[in-house]
Amino acid sequence: MAENVKPRVRVPGTASAGEVITIKTLISHTMESGQRKDDDGNTIPRSIINRFVVDFNGENVIDVQLEPAISTNPFFEFQATVPESGTFNFTWYDDDGSVYTEAKDITVS
Amino acid sequence: MKKLAVAAVLSVSVAAPSVADETANLVLNGETQITVRADAPAHVDGLSEIISGWVFRSDETQALQMDDFDNPGMIFVDEARDTWNEASGEAGESCASCHGEPESMAGVRPVYPKWNEEAGEVRTLAMQINDCRETRMEAEPWGYTSGAMANMEALISSVSRGMTINVAIDGPVAATYAAGEELYYTRTGQLELSCASCHEQNYGNYIRADHLSQGHINGFPVYRLKNAKLNTVHARFKGCVRDTRAETFSPGSPEFVALELYVASRGNGLSVEGPSVRN
Ligand code: HEC
Ligand code: HEC
Repeated sequence: MAENVKPRVRVPGTASAGEVITIKTLISHTMESGQRKDDDGNTIPRSIINRFVVDFNGENVIDVQLEPAISTNPFFEFQATVPESGTFNFTWYDDDGSVYTEAKDITVS
Repeated sequence: MKKLAVAAVLSVSVAAPSVADETANLVLNGETQITVRADAPAHVDGLSEIISGWVFRSDETQALQMDDFDNPGMIFVDEARDTWNEASGEAGESCASCHGEPESMAGVRPVYPKWNEEAGEVRTLAMQINDCRETRMEAEPWGYTSGAMANMEALISSVSRGMTINVAIDGPVAATYAAGEELYYTRTGQLELSCASCHEQNYGNYIRADHLSQGHINGFPVYRLKNAKLNTVHARFKGCVRDTRAETFSPGSPEFVALELYVASRGNGLSVEGPSVRN
């Protein structure tokens, strides 16, 4: 199992209606590509985060498929105009079956 | 429900040489002021101004260090926070058992390496950490440039960011200081270059695609885009000596400890920045 996997997200707590906000997410992960060999010449098995999903108030807004060429600690930054107060749910899916989640509330005034 | 508008950008780090903004100022997280330029300390004859390595990096690399969320070095600081609280060794102690919160280490990094009266030796931060592990925790020492050590140094540095480097050079450390200074100005290797050849006489110039800094260690440990991990002071020294095509000293050797004390003292007046981001 991948070690030291820790999701982090940054979402502003408040925004005004129509304001463009920046959301940053990062998950610490080795993203082992499956292409490398260890000192004995054996292939190191692939172990990556393969999917990243963001929902806002239950509606899907981002769904990304990640590939082995993506570097360690995948970082996603995106901008959003949030129409109403609510909750962002972030989900990362690991090759080993683990699912990591984070949630952040935002108040729109 | 109204539609939420989204624009996604996948950020991939590439170390591309682009021109540095040499007038930029460094503020961390919009609040911590970092001194990146200061008058050279009186004991450094070869420089009039001391300048942090951050100044010589490209805009993109500089930006990564300005916000803890963007600074990949902070991931390792988080790992060290977990380690800090984990019991390890025969005595069943964690760093937290004796030291409380990592924030209790504020003020430690700016004065290292320093003299340890009881042991009668100059200690780097790494030596001190391993002394706590071996004698107080009865645990295995960490490798001098290992990931675990780099992470712990990063945690201890991070709580002193913004504090002014102030390494003592006289009294019981005078001989070590002199030995470090000697090493700094001695030409080595097939290329016959000293640290000063590059970092004192040629800072600001390009050496191949690399923008030469003054080679300070206020930003250590540094996260390098090149190898996507934290790099320790002695690992960097080793790389630089090797680049002169010389046999290098070992990390943790008395020579590198002396060199570290000397190089650290050249940065007296700059702020602690570690973990910083470099290419
Ligand atoms: C059993 C108690 C104990 C444990 C556990 C312990 N330390 Fe210490 N540590 C001390 C004492 C006592 C000192 C001060 C004595 C000295 O200078 O040698 C000290 C000093 C230090 C210093 C130097 C502080 C300064 O002001 O110069 C650092 C850094 C440090 N410890 C880090 C750690 C780390 C990191 C860990 C966990 C890996 C740890 N210690 C675990 C007792 C402990
Ligand atoms: C052939 C030129 C050369 C020599 C000689 C050299 N270095 Fe370097 N050094 C570099 C380059 C290139 C870099 C990367 C760019 C930079 O920060 O200057 C570097 C980086 C560094 C850094 C990292 C600075 C930072 O802010 O991250 C330190 C510390 C350092 N050198 C110390 C030394 C010491 C000590 C010596 C003597 C043992 C030395 N260097 C000798 C070329 C050299």
